[in-house]
Amino acid sequence: MLSMFSYPFMQRALIVGLMVSVCAALLGVTLVLKRFSMIGDGLSHVGFGALSVGAAAGLAPMYIAAPAVLISAVLLLRLSRLEERGRVSGDAATAVLSSTALAIGVIAASLGKLNVDVNSYMFGSVLAVSASDAVICVVICSAVLILYLLFYNTIFAVTFDETFAAAGGMKTGLVSTAMAAVTALTVVVGMRLMGTLLISALIVFPAISAMKICRSWRGTVICSVSLAAAGFIAGLISAFAFSLPTGPAVVAADAVIYGVCSAADRIRR
Amino acid sequence: MANLIEVKKLSAGYDGVTAFTDVSFTVEEGSALAVVGENGSGKSTLIGCLLGLKKPDSGEIVMSGLERSDIGVLLQNAAPRGDFPATVREAALSGLINRKKGPFRFYSREDRATAENALSQLGIADLSDRHFSELSGGQRQRVLIARAVCAAKKLLVLDEPLAGLDPLIQSEFYEIIDRINSEGMTVIMVSHDVAMACAHADTILHVSGSGSFFGPAEDYKKTLMYAHMTGISHHVISQAPSLMRERGKTE
Repeated sequence: MLSMFSYPFMQRALIVGLMVSVCAALLGVTLVLKRFSMIGDGLSHVGFGALSVGAAAGLAPMYIAAPAVLISAVLLLRLSRLEERGRVSGDAATAVLSSTALAIGVIAASLGKLNVDVNSYMFGSVLAVSASDAVICVVICSAVLILYLLFYNTIFAVTFDETFAAAGGMKTGLVSTAMAAVTALTVVVGMRLMGTLLISALIVFPAISAMKICRSWRGTVICSVSLAAAGFIAGLISAFAFSLPTGPAVVAADAVIYGVCSAADRIRR
Repeated sequence: MANLIEVKKLSAGYDGVTAFTDVSFTVEEGSALAVVGENGSGKSTLIGCLLGLKKPDSGEIVMSGLERSDIGVLLQNAAPRGDFPATVREAALSGLINRKKGPFRFYSREDRATAENALSQLGIADLSDRHFSELSGGQRQRVLIARAVCAAKKLLVLDEPLAGLDPLIQSEFYEIIDRINSEGMTVIMVSHDVAMACAHADTILHVSGSGSFFGPAEDYKKTLMYAHMTGISHHVISQAPSLMRERGKTE
């Protein structure tokens, strides 16, 4: 079975996938607990739209997608925070942005007569990860991991009780914006491999699975990361073994893991 | 004793409605101030202004020798969700977050001892390895007060910390808060239980849209506001018309 990793594209897929999964799983715990899960989904749609527009316009797709996703992340976060104060409907805004971005992407793809298969943008491809993509991914994901560890206590405080942290003088808006920006970067580096429409599963699944079986913060964070890594490896291996598309295979593996964790939680109660 | 906080002619509201106008009061170091008033009178809004979470419409708040990071708070309606994955220790320790300087806030062994100490002050040292989601309402409230105690270097601000707890647990909480106050901590507590507030605080601030009271608890007890808040207003009005004049004392 290990022979599958003798292919360079499989090695790249393994490294990129593992690193993106781990980062997404870390960020996911906070996003899910703060009820921002839909932001990840919104970002992935924006990523698809931007990739298609970039490709149709003959530009390097990533240079369009990265800033578009980053700006959307900050905007969506702002909206969600306003929603907390009851002013606007953040989930409606996310839904509108998602479908608009998707529509623009598909229109751009059909007008531009893309050489690239739109399918591969939507659902990912192991072959889409170039060597330079892999290097960028390793750099960005390492930065995310280091930042997460350095700001571990701050992230807990803001996730647990943002008002309390703000009352003591913390600039919680800055922390949330930084988290949104880092989430956007993770989505961008992972979307070619996982597919723009499936990347948000990497954010949500490990976190909710971990919360089924862990009750402490540290336990949840460690468990989320481990389950994400396990889900990715299982998905990648089954994709290779059964000739399945990688992104969907990973999401299916994550769904199975969630089912097992839920069952374990039920039995324990 | 020096004044930690001096509030001058503060006016604020919420949702575009003015809640209170021209409220003035001072918070002396080491004192216990109870903030009372009817529902919707803007007690929580006032606390929000004090903590810098809300912008007042007008007025001035002067803090002397008091940083925002010296204040530990327990706010109403801002409690973390009940299913949050965290241990009691993790929750209490997070109270120290704003006392850490520098961008990376790692807790030292000393910080861990502070958190354990706060948990024992609240009588829940034995719960430190338990999970937040498994606790009862009263236990959860103790954890959040312990977290506030961790954060409070000089001032503890508690907004309705006893709402929804049964009377026996409430009196236990008053004892704990009295003890923390007697050890030198300044306490501001919002309460809807006026009688208990008067029994445990030195000074009372009654917030109301139609004029407020600020003064010693003993003086407050003689006001019509007190009579009204404790539900004996009709009796008092018929029996003691002289109390009506007490309204003139309000600021």
